[in-house]
Amino acid sequence: MAGLAAAFGSGAMTNSIAEIEHTEVILATGTNTTENHPIVGMMVKRAVRQNGAKLIVIDPREIDLVKYADIWLRQRHGTDVAVLNGLMNVIITEKLFAKEYVDARTEGFEAMRKVLEQYTPEYVEKISGVPAEDLKKAARLYAGANKAAILYAMGITQHISGTDNVKSCANLAMLCGNLGIEGGGVNPLRGQNNVQGACDMGALPNVFPAYQAVTNDELRQKFEKAWDAKLDGKVGLTIMEIMEGALSKKIRALYVMGENPMLSDPDLSHVEHALKNLDILVVQDIFLNETAQYADVVLPSACFAEKDGTFTNTERRVQRIRKAINAPGYAKADWEIIAALSDRMGYPMEYKNAEAIMDEIRTVTPSYGGITYERIEKDGLQWPCPTPDHQGTRFLHKDRFTRGLGLFHAIDYIPPDEMPDKDFPMVLSTGRVLYHYHTGTMTRLSAGSTERYPESLVEINPADAARMKIKDGQMVKVATRRGAVKVKALISERPYEGAVFMNFHFHEVPVNQLTNPALDPIGKIPEYKVCAARVEAA
Amino acid sequence: MENKITVTIDGREAEALPGQTILDVAKAQGIFIPTLCYLDCTTKVGACRVCCVEVEGARSLVASCCMPINPGMIIKTDTKKVRNAQRMIVELLWASGDHNCLTCEKNGACELQNLVYWLEIEKPRFRIDSPGYETETNNSMISRDLNKCILCGRCVRACNEIQVNEVLDFMERGSRAKVGPAFDADYINSQCYFCGECVEACPVGAITFKQARFKGRPWDLKKVKTTCTYCGVGCQIDLNIHDGKIIKVTGNRDSREPNNGSLCVKGRFGLDFVSNPDRLKTPLIRKKKGGELEEATWDEAIAFIAKKFKDIKAKHGSDALAGLASARCTNEENYLFQKFMRAVIGTNNVDHCARL
Ligand code: FES
Repeated sequence: MAGLAAAFGSGAMTNSIAEIEHTEVILATGTNTTENHPIVGMMVKRAVRQNGAKLIVIDPREIDLVKYADIWLRQRHGTDVAVLNGLMNVIITEKLFAKEYVDARTEGFEAMRKVLEQYTPEYVEKISGVPAEDLKKAARLYAGANKAAILYAMGITQHISGTDNVKSCANLAMLCGNLGIEGGGVNPLRGQNNVQGACDMGALPNVFPAYQAVTNDELRQKFEKAWDAKLDGKVGLTIMEIMEGALSKKIRALYVMGENPMLSDPDLSHVEHALKNLDILVVQDIFLNETAQYADVVLPSACFAEKDGTFTNTERRVQRIRKAINAPGYAKADWEIIAALSDRMGYPMEYKNAEAIMDEIRTVTPSYGGITYERIEKDGLQWPCPTPDHQGTRFLHKDRFTRGLGLFHAIDYIPPDEMPDKDFPMVLSTGRVLYHYHTGTMTRLSAGSTERYPESLVEINPADAARMKIKDGQMVKVATRRGAVKVKALISERPYEGAVFMNFHFHEVPVNQLTNPALDPIGKIPEYKVCAARVEAA
Repeated sequence: MENKITVTIDGREAEALPGQTILDVAKAQGIFIPTLCYLDCTTKVGACRVCCVEVEGARSLVASCCMPINPGMIIKTDTKKVRNAQRMIVELLWASGDHNCLTCEKNGACELQNLVYWLEIEKPRFRIDSPGYETETNNSMISRDLNKCILCGRCVRACNEIQVNEVLDFMERGSRAKVGPAFDADYINSQCYFCGECVEACPVGAITFKQARFKGRPWDLKKVKTTCTYCGVGCQIDLNIHDGKIIKVTGNRDSREPNNGSLCVKGRFGLDFVSNPDRLKTPLIRKKKGGELEEATWDEAIAFIAKKFKDIKAKHGSDALAGLASARCTNEENYLFQKFMRAVIGTNNVDHCARL
């Protein structure tokens, strides 16, 4: 998000999902789309099979999309910047870039061009393992299209170079004039259904709703007036810093709504200590999850089917959820619980219903200014939608970037924080599988998902398996500098030789005890996608 | 831009665009033509011919679902010849399988059953021959009873052209023709991704939702449109409710975007958690560190938290408190949560787990 915001002035997905089906070239990188966003994957496949679109997949794993791809660039884990720089090197060398667009709409080109000089296809091949000829072909294909869409997901962001990776995607798209047009864009696919909305609503330490900085006096005063309260002007702590703070007793109380940091944090024993060290931990959730086990107070909440409200999807579309059934027992909607607590703390929050909250959101969130429940009764609206007669925005940055000119960033490749060595000779990467979601709290209770994918598996390339004498279905030990787990092997061509892949859906196999908590310095996202590991028969 | 074409349909003149089919024009005119093999957004195969109409000058009846209109075309949809042909087709389909509505899950929503009624067919004219397939119930999501299959091919096109999963196909020929995954495998032993598109495409009771079996008749179900709780696509789904429970999930096709009625396995079959007995039902308080979590009333729980938060704020300052909001809660809840942390607690220590 930080990467796109720096380049364009807005961190959101630039275009709409439906446009993918009708574009000329799709470049999918760091997204296992058919498993993690199956409906977007469906559009990509239809574009290829039915509408003649060309597909470039850049991914270390042989994901399903590879079957539909015209070109597959299989880079080593964590070498994304090198590959993207290589594509741009070819595009500039062969003069395939959109010169007029670059001149008129962007800045920073020269500085970037200088850095790119070094990234010849041959040099990139050395770093990434992607054959120079394939790289050239992909560059020509992407640059040759009138409109081309880049899709990415956590395979791009969950690296110490995550923000750099995103900026590189932005560079590539701007270089070819693919922003501000239908069917183009740089399109992050959000993993959780309301990540976009949580960010839009200011569930971030540095901004109020609609990314209005807490440090800006004028904006803060606006909120002080709207909320009739004195507000703090310094940036707060991120989740990682909050956990650090709990360890040092700087943080004494933590209120967790609908999250399970005990499973999703990159360094679990660290989190456990942090949570135990708090004076009070309040967990509000639908289940007594791993985090709730450490809570002093647990509050039962209603799930999405039991309440009214809105979610904002990855393409900025604000859509309704509706109460279909009653919540179990005494469980209440999260907003009702917050309001009750606020009342008790002497700040009355009197909202009749969820709609009344949206009516307030609209007044302080310019991009949501025109969004009402009445208007989104049938179809959602895509922000920015500033006024009641605005039809919403299908793609961003038309004629002008949110920040004015699009900004190129000169970016050098930096290797992953931890590279394979003698003791830990393999690369471990993590992600999701089709049948499960996140920490598995919901999907693992579904008969269907459990039947289809009942237990955690580690994907191992047949060549590695043969060398280590590991058979399909056998238990193996996967160890990194931080810990070790036992897990069943799945012999598969998907990971390349020397790499293994695990998912993080099963608490019995806590992959996060293995992963490297090294953070992207800007995005503060841990490097879940690469660390050094050792695999052996258990 | 494009020149309109004028045709006559059931005696009235209608304007239409070149490339539109007779079925399209009829729909626009509010004239009902029955269909079976036709499936929106997929190839028009013209296989069942139940959509036949009379076109002046044509040697035989034509399949309206795949016949493009021509200028001046004169079309009749409800002649005796048309109805007789439709009756014959439907009666043969009826006789070709085990269409026992008494026990069929599709009863009341079956397109074949509806056609039998609409065509006023009193009783089957031909001997009913059940093909004698075993029903497939060895997975917990989708049941198949090929004895009810009318070979319309909608599931095959849904799988290949809508979802592009490329799992289902026709096998064998003639009276032994059937649909299914490659090598005649059961779904559970195939590459099937369990998106459920084939279930929604099936006009009869051949492919049905296993968990919905005996849980409520189509007319009992109330559909509530909402947004899926899983990934960031935000699919529009219909929760099918009966007796206060979610019976099944179907795609909502009123909203073209973002998913136009298509779903994936998680949204379709991943909602068992909602009615899981382990759901939290009452507030819990751990009165002292190291003790047990005990059931409490809302009033006790809220009072307990408010007091602690106030004490900590007074003693250590607002920045000694922090909150984590959620990418799984609504906009309204995230808004209120950060407002609470900022305006009531007085800190910007608010974040969420989406970085992870
Ligand atoms: S619906 Fe037209 S041929 Fe089947």
